[in-house]
Amino acid sequence: MRLINLNAGRFSPLLKIVPFVILGLVYWIAADARHALNPEDKLLPTFEAIGEAVKTMVMEPDELTEEPILYTDTVASLTRIAQGLGIATVVGLILGIVQGTLPLFRSLLSPFSAAVSLIPPIAILPILLIIFGLEESAKVALIAIGVAPFLIRDTQQHSMELSEELLIKVQTLGASTWQIILRVVLPHVMPRLLDALRLSLGAAWLFLITAEAIASSEGLGYRIFLMRRYMEMDVILPYVAWITLLAFLMDWILAMIIRRAFPWYRKEK
Amino acid sequence: MSYLQIRNVWKTYEDNVILEKLNFTIEKGEFCTLIGPSGCGKSTFLRMLLGQENPSRGTILLEGEPLSNEPGSDRGVVFQKYTLFPHLRALENVMLGLEMEHSVFLGKAFGSSRRRIKEEAMEMIKAVGLEQSAHKYPSELSGGMQQRLSIAQALVKKPKILLLDEPFGALDPGSRSDMQELVHGLWQTYGLTAFMVTHDVKEAFELGTRLLVFDKVRNDPHSPNAYGATVVNDIKLDKNKRKNKGEEHVDHDETIIA
Repeated sequence: MRLINLNAGRFSPLLKIVPFVILGLVYWIAADARHALNPEDKLLPTFEAIGEAVKTMVMEPDELTEEPILYTDTVASLTRIAQGLGIATVVGLILGIVQGTLPLFRSLLSPFSAAVSLIPPIAILPILLIIFGLEESAKVALIAIGVAPFLIRDTQQHSMELSEELLIKVQTLGASTWQIILRVVLPHVMPRLLDALRLSLGAAWLFLITAEAIASSEGLGYRIFLMRRYMEMDVILPYVAWITLLAFLMDWILAMIIRRAFPWYRKEK
Repeated sequence: MSYLQIRNVWKTYEDNVILEKLNFTIEKGEFCTLIGPSGCGKSTFLRMLLGQENPSRGTILLEGEPLSNEPGSDRGVVFQKYTLFPHLRALENVMLGLEMEHSVFLGKAFGSSRRRIKEEAMEMIKAVGLEQSAHKYPSELSGGMQQRLSIAQALVKKPKILLLDEPFGALDPGSRSDMQELVHGLWQTYGLTAFMVTHDVKEAFELGTRLLVFDKVRNDPHSPNAYGATVVNDIKLDKNKRKNKGEEHVDHDETIIA
């Protein structure tokens, strides 16, 4: 049988966890081997050591904030990413629809937003830090500025996909421009915007962690860069896993919203 | 005064003449079928009636008023390509036109007016025979059903003229003849004034009360775009033949065309 016709069938759930198990095993063996040579090894801490560190992060209140550090860091980071993505989504939706639906505004704005989208966001981080200082707004702004151009262009593209016939048809039903945007363009664009948002999550986390590493006093990115100085791999590794899990959960929640709120969307394809 | 007057209408794109010297009038309740070779401008003519394109010269008057130069609710349209709103269920697709008329800002009706609009739309859904599928999304409907829905969507706005651009072109022969029956029935029930572009000569004769044949009269082989097409044959068909539609006309119809 050809490989392209071979499905996992009922073994599919089992297959999914195989790479994770292998990664864990390889790490375990490697950590074990290093500790056999040097019991003080910090590069690959054992699972026991990681467990201990996680316990401290989760259970013990920090002297300053009186909350466990993982909690403080998670709240700080999630707030920043949510605000940044929220702003980017609203801007992307509005400008994307305006540029995609109204030819007059497309002529005016489209080349400009195309040019802006080419600015590497990290390159303007110094500018943001100068303008906003070390406050939250600089980090939120970096995420928003980093993600918004992609959302704008993606939404513009999707607004322009609506067939000419469909737009003529809705005009023959007596629709005004505003009504066309509200009842035809918006529903068409919304699930696609959420899809684009899912694709932006990776970039958003990248900007967040960069900003936190450079200028912050709490947050997930701040912590892992701080711990690097002391080579505390037993903190860094679970933090990276935690960030990955959070990113996965955000993606999953967005996918769920799309499925629930726009049941027609997957059927359409 | 005639319902629809076409007065010396020309359509040109730069040096290309698509249509020239169109001059005719249409009475209320006529079902005009438009045939002619590909690229002879019959769809262009339909688009001008729709307001999607405007005449380069001449005027089109509907009830004595010039047509507005963009599509509007006085002219309904059914395209060959299904133009349904994928995010709305069948019934909501028909309600949309009424809702937008009702609510300028939200384009959506609520409460008692929504119920009233729903009833009106449901009647239209029944008229095209889709009551079983009223709560399905367009993607769950067959091609024929989607086209029925498209017609219901247009008719619920009670347009002064209904424009059909090869509406059955993408359908299989079975649903095609069902749709012809349906459109014929709707034309009788609602007293529609309709224009239909078709490639099917038999269909043009069976459905129409007036057959307009588009073609080029003059042709310059050195400059093929110098002359446009016009109506070369304007055939009035028997309005009362409708009941037992079909075969008896077909044979000599072909000879007229030839």
